[in-house]
Amino acid sequence: MQRTEFEERTENVSVKVFRYDSSSIKKAKFDTFIVPVKKGMTLLESLLYIKERLDPSFTFRYSCRMGICGSCGLVVNGKEKLACKTQMETLGKSIEVRPLNNMPLIRDLVVDFSSFLEKHKKVKPYIIREDVDKNPDREFKQLPEEVNNYLIFADCIKCGLCYSACPTNATDELYLGPQALTQAYRFIADSRDDGQMVRMNIVDTNHGIWNCHFAGSCTDVCPKGVDPAFAIQQLKTLAIRKSGFLKKKRPAAPIDKRREIAEHS
Amino acid sequence: MQMVSHDIVIVGSGLAGLRAAIQASIVGNGKLDIAIVSKLLLMRSHSVAAEGGTAAVLYTDEGDSTELHAFDTIKGSDYLADQDAVERFVRLAPEEILRLEHWGMPWSRRADGRIAQRPFGGHSFPRATFAGDRVGFYEMQTLYGTLMKYQPIHIYEEWYMTDLAVEDGICRGIVAIDMKSGELVGIAAKATIIATGGLGRLYGFTTYSHTVTGDGAAACYRAGVPLKDMEFIQFHPTGLVPSGILLSEAVRGEGGLLLNNKGERFMQKYAPKMMELAPRDIISRSIVKELMEGRGFKDPSGLDYVLLDFSKIPKERIMERLTMMVEIGESFAGINPNEAPLPVRPSAHYSMGGISTDIDAKTMLRGLWAAGEAASVSVHGANRLGSNSTIACLVFGRIAGEGAARYVQGSDQTVSISQALLQREERRIFDEILGKEAGEDPYELKKELWETMDEYVYVFRDEKGLTQALHKIRELKDRARSVRVQDRSRNFNTNLTGTLETLNLIQLAEVVVNAALLRKESRGAHARVDYPTRDDINFLKHSLSYNAVDGPRVEYIPVKITKWQPQERKY
Repeated sequence: MQRTEFEERTENVSVKVFRYDSSSIKKAKFDTFIVPVKKGMTLLESLLYIKERLDPSFTFRYSCRMGICGSCGLVVNGKEKLACKTQMETLGKSIEVRPLNNMPLIRDLVVDFSSFLEKHKKVKPYIIREDVDKNPDREFKQLPEEVNNYLIFADCIKCGLCYSACPTNATDELYLGPQALTQAYRFIADSRDDGQMVRMNIVDTNHGIWNCHFAGSCTDVCPKGVDPAFAIQQLKTLAIRKSGFLKKKRPAAPIDKRREIAEHS
Repeated sequence: MQMVSHDIVIVGSGLAGLRAAIQASIVGNGKLDIAIVSKLLLMRSHSVAAEGGTAAVLYTDEGDSTELHAFDTIKGSDYLADQDAVERFVRLAPEEILRLEHWGMPWSRRADGRIAQRPFGGHSFPRATFAGDRVGFYEMQTLYGTLMKYQPIHIYEEWYMTDLAVEDGICRGIVAIDMKSGELVGIAAKATIIATGGLGRLYGFTTYSHTVTGDGAAACYRAGVPLKDMEFIQFHPTGLVPSGILLSEAVRGEGGLLLNNKGERFMQKYAPKMMELAPRDIISRSIVKELMEGRGFKDPSGLDYVLLDFSKIPKERIMERLTMMVEIGESFAGINPNEAPLPVRPSAHYSMGGISTDIDAKTMLRGLWAAGEAASVSVHGANRLGSNSTIACLVFGRIAGEGAARYVQGSDQTVSISQALLQREERRIFDEILGKEAGEDPYELKKELWETMDEYVYVFRDEKGLTQALHKIRELKDRARSVRVQDRSRNFNTNLTGTLETLNLIQLAEVVVNAALLRKESRGAHARVDYPTRDDINFLKHSLSYNAVDGPRVEYIPVKITKWQPQERKY
């Protein structure tokens, strides 16, 4: 496979990156690197240039480089992005790269996803129904419009951008966060699922949906167009309906047991 | 040194690994102690990048049959697939589709609510089951979510396997670095399943994630387990230029066309019947021929390409079924395929070869199974059909999980790894590799490897190029002995793990090129310019590469043929 060499025009861009090593006593700092940027170059390619040519100790996560694995989330010029899906030419001549917010730091841009993933697990992100492992020879029917009720929420790649951008996550460590809440709704909205009440009891709590102030930053930063803010609003609606439903469940006194005392007073 | 122990350890968390874990848990009825080790967070595995479909026979009432699926697969494999394995594979496939459906997979549906399927290359019936154009992604999320139901499964996320632990001819687990602590830990297990995926980062121009580095295959090779049919690498016809990112075969399945610089549908010349839906090896060769004969376009990066044209696909269908193609075109080429065609050329995509296993996913080493792209059973032979890989991960992941679970249930012995082995591995990693003061730059080695493979071990090969490649790889192997890891931190040292990955790639490159040199015929994805025809008399056989002192030693074993005699492959 012959590549003819072209003189490609490059432009030097200064990339300031956050540095921190939890195993060393040194404080966090910023390092600045000069990266020659070609047309079409992504932020991930720039970070790889820094690691492979300038400083091999610079640490970040990456894998698919096509916006589907969710590894390379970070904050660039103050906004949550996937490095691989961000073109350098959209970022200007001077760039500041930081790790995602609201997760403990491990090293440089690598943060600890454990509590984020634990919260995702809490909402039971799987089909709940009695016969889920029965009838292996037949399908559960689902009309195309029923798929569309939840499909957009199933696009979540668990990159953590929404969790980093969310102002509630910044102040409430126990808040389930936009990602987990959206996944709760994704399964509730799935016509094959019977777990609505189980999940509503998990999200209809102090650290659940009611702590969402509808800032909308989750939806704003989502690289896959998932719209967590909308999902959370849907959950709130369901919760209100649920509480109404629960009240109705306390039955009125049957008419033939009318108490006599009332007639005398 | 620290050691932990489990009943089963599964290395790799793609479709095969997750499916194996769930199956082992089901078979063990929650009583087996199962661990998954992944160098990534579980759902980051490369399986998420699979796009177009998962093959299975669902509509026998409409004319499909497992017999047809088996024949298509065998013909597609250029008759190198083992036919008994293929027959089992196609029989188990439909159940996997329904299982995933029960577990929450958002399969695209027909108007009546039944599961939809689309045409795919080399299949004589539209049997690629799909969920838009991100099939692998949804399958991964479905298994990842469902795995939570089967807790407790012990998860070692971001643990990098440095080697298998083999003693007395038995696999006793693995040795891995906990990336967060930097500690090397022995993970002992009665049964080990390798599901670490392919080895496509041998190439620079590739559809693969950066992390697909053949760690499992290389570890098995070092342990004396043979690698099968390593000369067969699939090039996907439509890698986006200049990045190599995958554009799904579904584009052509839904009506997309391939055009040269004269605006001709050139597939007419090469596969007049199936056109753009011929198997991938044939289309990739056709594209490269067009490019060699000057009927391509030239990208500023220096790569030449043909066009993937969406204009004959109804717009609504693109917006409903090919949304990620639009996203990829816009994000990585600055082109909306609704408005203009996308530039494509063949991109390294799949390894038909891998750790040699039998039909039960068992390797030749006691206590060791392998599944998914890491393994070669073989059901794909010399060329895999599109949409047959995700289903192979599911079917053989399940078989491996089940086999390992039954094996463990039948033994009450405990298992451990000797301190001597652990200390030897600790010295290799931390003294010999991490401890060096000066030496070769691992990124430079990787770059030279990519250039070599892209140039000489691409769609067309010949003796001269392959010899040159082998020579270069042996030079890289020599230089790699003194590779230097500059980053000395024990905390999340990706300079160290990246170097270990590159060492694995160099080891595997030698195996691939050596086997390619020895196969003096053209079969499936292995096209030799100097031996342009298939030679069933001498080469209707699998190659097995063993690790020997001065490079790979190659043996051959016969192909299992049940009822389909080899014939000429026409599409």
